[in-house]
Order: sequence, then C-alpha cells, then structure tokens
Amino acid sequence: MQSRFIRWLAMLGCVGILSGCGRSQPVPSASQQPEPGVSVSEKPEPPSPPLPVGGSIKIGALFSVTGPASFLGGPESRTAQMLVEKINQAGGVRGMELKLIVKDTAGSPEKAISFAKQLIEEDDVLAIIGPSTSGETMQIKSLCESAGMILVSCAAAEAIVNPISRYIFKTPQKDSQAAEWIFNTMKQKGIRRIGVVTGNDGFGAEGKKQLESIAPRHGIEIVISEVYDKSATDLTDIMTKIKGAQVEAVVNWSIVPAQSIVAKNMRQIGMKVPLFQSHGFGNLKYVEQSGEAAEGILFPAGRLLIADVLPDDHPQKAVLTAYKSDYESRFNEPVSTFGGHAYDALMITVKAIEQADKVDRPAVRDAMEKLTGFVGTAGIFNFKPDDHNGLGLEAFEMLEVRGGRFVPHITSE
Amino acid sequence: MTQFLQYLLSGLTNGSIYAVVAIGFSLIYSATGILNLAQGEFVMLGGMVACTLLTFVPLPLAVIGSVLVVAVIGGLLEWFFFRRLHGHSLLRLIIITIGLSILIQEAALHIWGEQARSLPYFTGNEISSISIGGAALSPQVLWVLATAAVVVTALHFFLHRSRLGAAMRACASNPAAAMLVGINTARMRTLSFVLSAAIGALAGCVVSPISMTQSDMGAGLAIKGFAAAILGGLGNSMAAVTGGIIVGIAEAFSVSMLPAAYKDAVAFTLLLIVLFVRPHGLWGRPPAQRA
Repeated sequence: MQSRFIRWLAMLGCVGILSGCGRSQPVPSASQQPEPGVSVSEKPEPPSPPLPVGGSIKIGALFSVTGPASFLGGPESRTAQMLVEKINQAGGVRGMELKLIVKDTAGSPEKAISFAKQLIEEDDVLAIIGPSTSGETMQIKSLCESAGMILVSCAAAEAIVNPISRYIFKTPQKDSQAAEWIFNTMKQKGIRRIGVVTGNDGFGAEGKKQLESIAPRHGIEIVISEVYDKSATDLTDIMTKIKGAQVEAVVNWSIVPAQSIVAKNMRQIGMKVPLFQSHGFGNLKYVEQSGEAAEGILFPAGRLLIADVLPDDHPQKAVLTAYKSDYESRFNEPVSTFGGHAYDALMITVKAIEQADKVDRPAVRDAMEKLTGFVGTAGIFNFKPDDHNGLGLEAFEMLEVRGGRFVPHITSE
Repeated sequence: MTQFLQYLLSGLTNGSIYAVVAIGFSLIYSATGILNLAQGEFVMLGGMVACTLLTFVPLPLAVIGSVLVVAVIGGLLEWFFFRRLHGHSLLRLIIITIGLSILIQEAALHIWGEQARSLPYFTGNEISSISIGGAALSPQVLWVLATAAVVVTALHFFLHRSRLGAAMRACASNPAAAMLVGINTARMRTLSFVLSAAIGALAGCVVSPISMTQSDMGAGLAIKGFAAAILGGLGNSMAAVTGGIIVGIAEAFSVSMLPAAYKDAVAFTLLLIVLFVRPHGLWGRPPAQRA
C-alpha cells in the first residue's frame, strides 16, 4: 500500500514537472536541398566559406510560450516558426537551412538564464531571438554580452539597449517613445492632471518609471499612481480611488489581460475621462474582452494593427499586410504587435546573416549594427553603433478603438 | 459617502467571487476532510468549457452544459486518483490535489491556449451598471451573489434534509462508522467531488464576464477562496460566503487608505489575525477528532 502510494505520487510529480517545464521544440523544417550526412551541425566559429551550400544555421529563441506572459510568447513563437518554414521553403539563408530552437521560458527569468546558457554552450546557436519580457531580457543581457552571443530581444524596456551593449539589440519601440506620444496627445487635448495605473510586472514597473520621469517635461502632473495585480478579478476599488482624485485622464500601462478590467470598471463607475493605454494594448483580443468599454481608448502602437487602413504608398504597407494575412490565415487569430516583434527580430537576424562577410557571430553582429532602412512591422529600423533599437518616434502612431476596431486617432478633433 | 458606498460595492464584487469559490472548498472538506487545492481549476474549467460551448448553443445552455461537463470531470478525477487511495493520510490526498491542479492547468493551456476569454454579461454589457446611492454596481455582481445564495441554500437543504446529504455528513464525521451502517463511503466521496466541481464550474461561468477566464486563473482564485473558506470556518458554506465577502470588503477599504499594491497583504494579515484569535475560523467549530 505504502509503496503503491509513493509510486502514484512520484508519477504525479513527474507529470507536474514535465508539464511545468519548458519544452524545447526544434522545428522540423522542409529543407529544399538534400542534407549531406546525418545531423550536420555546422559550427559557426571556424571561418566558413562566403557562400556555403548545404549545412544549417541554428537560431535560438527564448519565448514565454506558457505562463503569465504567454500572450506575448505564444504569438511570437508561432510567428518565428512560420517564418522559418517559409524561409527554408524558399531555399534558406545563404543556401543553408535555418534551424529554429524554441525554448519555453514560461516567463521565468531563472529559466531564461538556464536556457540561454544551454543555447550558448550546448546548441551553439548563431544568435538568440527573444526573450518575450523585459525582466527576462535584463537577466540574460550580461550573460550574452560576455559570451559574444547576439541577442535580439522582443521586450520593450528602454534599459535593454540603454546603455548600449555590443551584442544586444531589441525590436519593439521604446517605452519612453510611447510615453512621449501619450503626453503629446494629452497636451493637444489640454489635459494636465492624470492618474496612472500599472500592472505589477516588469513592463508595468518600467512604464511607471518612464511616465513619472517624462511627465514634468510636458507640464503634466501625475496626481495618483496605483499598481494592480496581474491576477486581479475586479479593479473597481482602485478606479474609485482614481475617480476620487479628480483626474482629467487615466493612463493604464500593462501587458496583462487584466488591463481590460480597468476599462470596464472605469465605465461602470461612470468615469468619463479619456483612457490612454500603453503599446501593451496591441492585441485585438483585449478590445474584445473590454467590449463596449473599449470604445474611445487611445494608445500608441506600431502600424501593424491598422495595416488595412494604411495608404497604399506607405513604406510599411506591403510588409504589414503580408505578415498579417499569413499569420491570420494560418493560426486563425488576430495578429498582435507582439508577434510582430518576433517577426522583426528574426528577419533582422536573417538580413544581418545575408549581409555579413561571413557566418559567424562577430561578423553578423557588425552587419546588424550597420543595417539601415529595414522595413519591419514595428517601423523602419536604422541601427547605429549608439542605437541598437533603430526606431524613431515616428514608428508609433496614436490609435483609437472605434466600433471594436483599431483606427488611427485624428488629432485635430 | 458615495465614495464609501463605492468601495463597499467594489468589495462586494470581489468578495462575491471569492465566496463562490470558497463554497466548493467547504463542500469537499465537509464531506471528505480533503482540502481540494484544485478547486480553482474547476472554476477555470467551468468558464473555459462554457466559452467553447457558447459558439454552438445559447448562453443558458452553455452554462448548464459546462456545469455538467465539469461535474463529470470532477467525478472522473476522484474515481481515477482518489478511489484506490482511501485509508491514506489526508495530507497525502491534499498533496495529490496540488498535482491535479497543475495537471489541469497545463491541459487547459494546451486545449484553449494562453488567451483570456470571457462570457458575455448575463444582463446588460461591459458598461452598464446599477446605481445605488450614487455608487455603481455591475448587474453581473447580482448574478454572482444570487448564485452564491441559491447554492448555499440548496446545499443546506441537501446536507441537512436529505438522506443522501446525511450519509455524506456521516462519512465526514466518522468514515468507519458510516461504513458499518452500510454507507458506501467511496461513492459519497465521488459525489462530493462531482458536486463541488459543478459548483466550481457554475462559479466559473458567473464570474467570467467580470474577471475573464484564463488557463492560469485557478491558482489565484484558489488562494483567495481558500482564505475566505478558512476565515469563515471550513465545512460551513454559509460561513464560506461570509468569509469571502469579508475578505473582499477588507481589500477594497485597504485600497482607499493604502497603495493598492498592499491589497493582498491586507487580506492575508486579516486572515492571520483571525486564525490567531479563533483558530477554526469565525463560524467554524473545533474539528472533531478523527481516527
């Protein structure tokens, strides 16, 4: 009896551990060229000929496919796998097959560290894309830098590329730029006193810092600032407090689904002031969750969400509509800006590999730093030695929710 | 005054959610002595299954269907994981429920993905509210409270007025004696799991419009529901509801005075204080000695 029980418990434990653990999913890809020999894992280090035929290039990916940040990592991982398949079907990069090794960090910085070590030491990948969150990225930043590993992060925080590290890049627009857009729009509307609510995660904390440091420059006063838990069930209490502070607008800075609750509770208790969201609102699902309450929400975002209403001559139009239709037809869910960050990270890496003198990390890094005019989903990237984000203020646009959809906000009204 | 009332109603909103979760805890505990830490997962499953069914059938049918499906799942889990383990210490059974909660959560993640879903508001929509003395309350909260009231009343009558309910209580107070008088204790335990899974699922449906449904929502709800059940006194569903509402209101008023980030700390400090003063909860009786 005793031993049977222990067996049961052990089994359960195993199931728990297995399912909780990160999965690594090497993507089987349809290679066009027949591969010579078995498992050719071309090491990037020994100088390879400029255009080797056959062989493979390994790219590591750290995404929080499961766990609290899975709404970032999910679309990111799906996007990266879709792109790698497409690239390989079209003949790979420099005649070599791309191999994507996705590690699921489940949003945990500890896992991000150990997977990053694994990708560097065991898998010996050429570059790593991800992680999904700012917290994870900051944890592995110095690790990648000292190992000379290219890291193209999909997380937003300014601190990732400021100060600059040689091997660290990032694709989402900066927090400070989002804050600038929000404050500029507020000034046009004559808003001076605002309330800020943020999620209690890395993104929320970083945003709160940016808002507080930039607000005085725009003559805007943050009269109240509150933090809410990502697993909150209802936020009427916090919104009541904000309402009591007589603010003229509310900024909600968060990536968690609970940000929809803010919108609902605000309207339920009859707050009429405008609600500004961060670029973390860039997923149509959040609008669906807020329903009627989402109407009129303003937030800065890349143009991916309004791809269909962009004028045809906009430089990003072709890239955006192609990615949007590929993703939506394949995965049957609306595209989000988060998946777009993975698109940018992977394509920038691929572009850099194509333009590098040879396929090794220092050469690809140098090529990446020189990459200009790359049209991505977040904007047009122009990297410089002192700018590893490469996006300007114009990468954002102020969007508005109207009729359950994202439309460009007309500032003149 | 309006502010005060608004905090009170806000506390009622959260409290009613904690309360419906707490009832499920309380029921399994009173029937089996097990603390089912997977109760939050039943709530999550209820919401998820209803969201899925909603694409095929109207809302009332989706809710009923979801309650039935999750009740069957609850029964199967008991039958598969607990039935052959009777005679083992409660602690081990409780640890198994932790494993179950992880298992269900991961399974849900694979079936439904990481996105949050929600059922539509039963009456009105996202912005409608009832005005009470200038403060606003979402009509959905009334649904949650009504559900809690109906479930508590039904449970009370079931446990105290029916033979089956009496048999269930007998198993809890003394399994050996219950068996001697001819009660099938294993079947009673299955029944208690079926019932609390059904209650959890119903809770998951009525709270879904307010708090949304996500694969990882279970743990957070379970902790709050657990706190509510302990605060009120385990084994008494009326106490569980009161406990839930007290926790919710305490949280809401803490927000009015302290930064909102301390909300959880306040709820659990309150719980600790109560447990120091009354170790078996506000309305609980000291536990009967178990063999």
